[in-house]
Amino acid sequence: MELEITERGRDEERPAPETQAVGDLLALRDVSRHFRTRRNDTLALDRVTLSVREGEFLCIVGPSGCGKSTLLNIVAGLDHADAGEVLFDGRPIKRPGRERIVVFQEPALYPWLNVRANVELGLKIAGRSGRERRQLADRYIALVNLRKFENAYIHELSGGMRQRAQLARALAVEPRMLLMDEPFAALDAQTRDVLQQELQEICERTKATVLFVTHNVREAVILGDRVWVMTPAPGRLKTEIDIPLPRPRSPDSHAVVDLAARVRAELQHDIYAAQSAEDHYAI
Amino acid sequence: MAIDPGSLDAVPPVATQSRGVEPRRRERSWDLQGFALKVIRIGLFYVALIALWQLVYELEIWSRLLLPSPEQVWKQLRFYTDNGQFQDAIQTSMRRLFIGYSISLVMGLLIGMACGANKYVDETVGSLVLGLQSLPSITWLPLALLWFGLTETAIIFVVLMGSIFAVAISARAGVRSIPPLYRRAAQTMGANRVQMVRYTLIPAMVPSMAQGLKLGWSFAWRSLMAGELLFVSGGLGQMLDLGRNLNRMSLVIAVMLVIVVIGLTMDRLLFSRLEAWVQERWGLQST
Repeated sequence: MELEITERGRDEERPAPETQAVGDLLALRDVSRHFRTRRNDTLALDRVTLSVREGEFLCIVGPSGCGKSTLLNIVAGLDHADAGEVLFDGRPIKRPGRERIVVFQEPALYPWLNVRANVELGLKIAGRSGRERRQLADRYIALVNLRKFENAYIHELSGGMRQRAQLARALAVEPRMLLMDEPFAALDAQTRDVLQQELQEICERTKATVLFVTHNVREAVILGDRVWVMTPAPGRLKTEIDIPLPRPRSPDSHAVVDLAARVRAELQHDIYAAQSAEDHYAI
Repeated sequence: MAIDPGSLDAVPPVATQSRGVEPRRRERSWDLQGFALKVIRIGLFYVALIALWQLVYELEIWSRLLLPSPEQVWKQLRFYTDNGQFQDAIQTSMRRLFIGYSISLVMGLLIGMACGANKYVDETVGSLVLGLQSLPSITWLPLALLWFGLTETAIIFVVLMGSIFAVAISARAGVRSIPPLYRRAAQTMGANRVQMVRYTLIPAMVPSMAQGLKLGWSFAWRSLMAGELLFVSGGLGQMLDLGRNLNRMSLVIAVMLVIVVIGLTMDRLLFSRLEAWVQERWGLQST
């Protein structure tokens, strides 16, 4: 089953351009974004340069308001950069598209559809046939462990199950990249632990490329192949930390705790230096 | 494969089953005894009401011309049903209502959606709609009579004007109340404009539209009755006026009863069910 998903999902159906095979799937060069209101001119992103390789899991960790969601929205095509270059597979990003699906913090599911219909909707929009829709929905509903609840409506699901359903919907269209915007931030700690483990497992199996934004340091260390520490006002990428730990990673393993401490030190150092108040990031 | 067997079982205690599907179903299931008691309570109330009416009639507190007995009202109902006049009047009224209401739904929906979607349309047309909504629909009758004469069109026009603004305002609110997240989710799935409207906008509007449908119906129904009262040409409203002209209170009350029954039936059969369905499917989103 693992092989089946991996092969069909990645290699056969979507032959990637050969020149890009070892290159970066996503590349940002000197990306800046201003937000102007009547009073202030906030520099949400200040010359951000970043790249994500195919199959890589990149986490961006930083306090609220550091511009990490803005960054993700720009990659998603839901927002635009004021300056700099945003290339996806060598081409500039102009609009949202299903090759870069967003998993939102709030479960962005449609309450008038049940889980299965929600998962199939992305495929419907993509113009897939009814048979393909059923097959793909079957596969990804099973992958996120929602088989028992595929006919439930969204208001009948718990927060964790809603996020699973959203993940299944995103995966079902077989995007080239998943953009996850603090998807577990609104969940209780236990559910978050379970979903972090499941997400690791799912990414192993599907070889998904993920850009994951969070304020939770340990989450970033558990999930990421690499972690970028981002600092606010102006939003800048500060330090890049490799996480060369084997998977699956447990939140309580010494290696994870140690690396999380390092990431936190990076963040805190900057926070104190910049006199930036609230400490928003959880453990 | 580590996640498959274990974790699913590990998750439900966190949050799932407590809000599951089961308890709702059980609440809805028919509690026969309770239902029977409810019917008896309601029945007793109306029997008492009719008895009181009969009593007041017997006591002759008011002239018997002004307050007929329940029996006389019943006789009028029977008489006009037997000679088919009630059926004709109901048919005429319902036809007018149906045509006027249907047109108002289509037009109101279009106007409301345009107002909800476009700022400039809202500023101009939207303000006009709000203004006209405050106009009691019967005030359109003189205008309709001058424009269309003593025709069906005139009365259908009054019905239309009675409900169109309520429908439009609900449709506008429906578009406005769609969470931006729905839109963004559709965008990220690569939806084009048509797909956005079809898969997101229209379904998300359904709860407000159900309200608009109901509101529009009740406005249309009221406008129709007012219109028919003044504009004497068939229909239930005209039968009311006939009762007044004949000085026959029993007929007046009989027609009023018919109007109440029709209104109540439509509400129970159509709109209450629609509302219940929407609440279930949309998960009480209206709160």
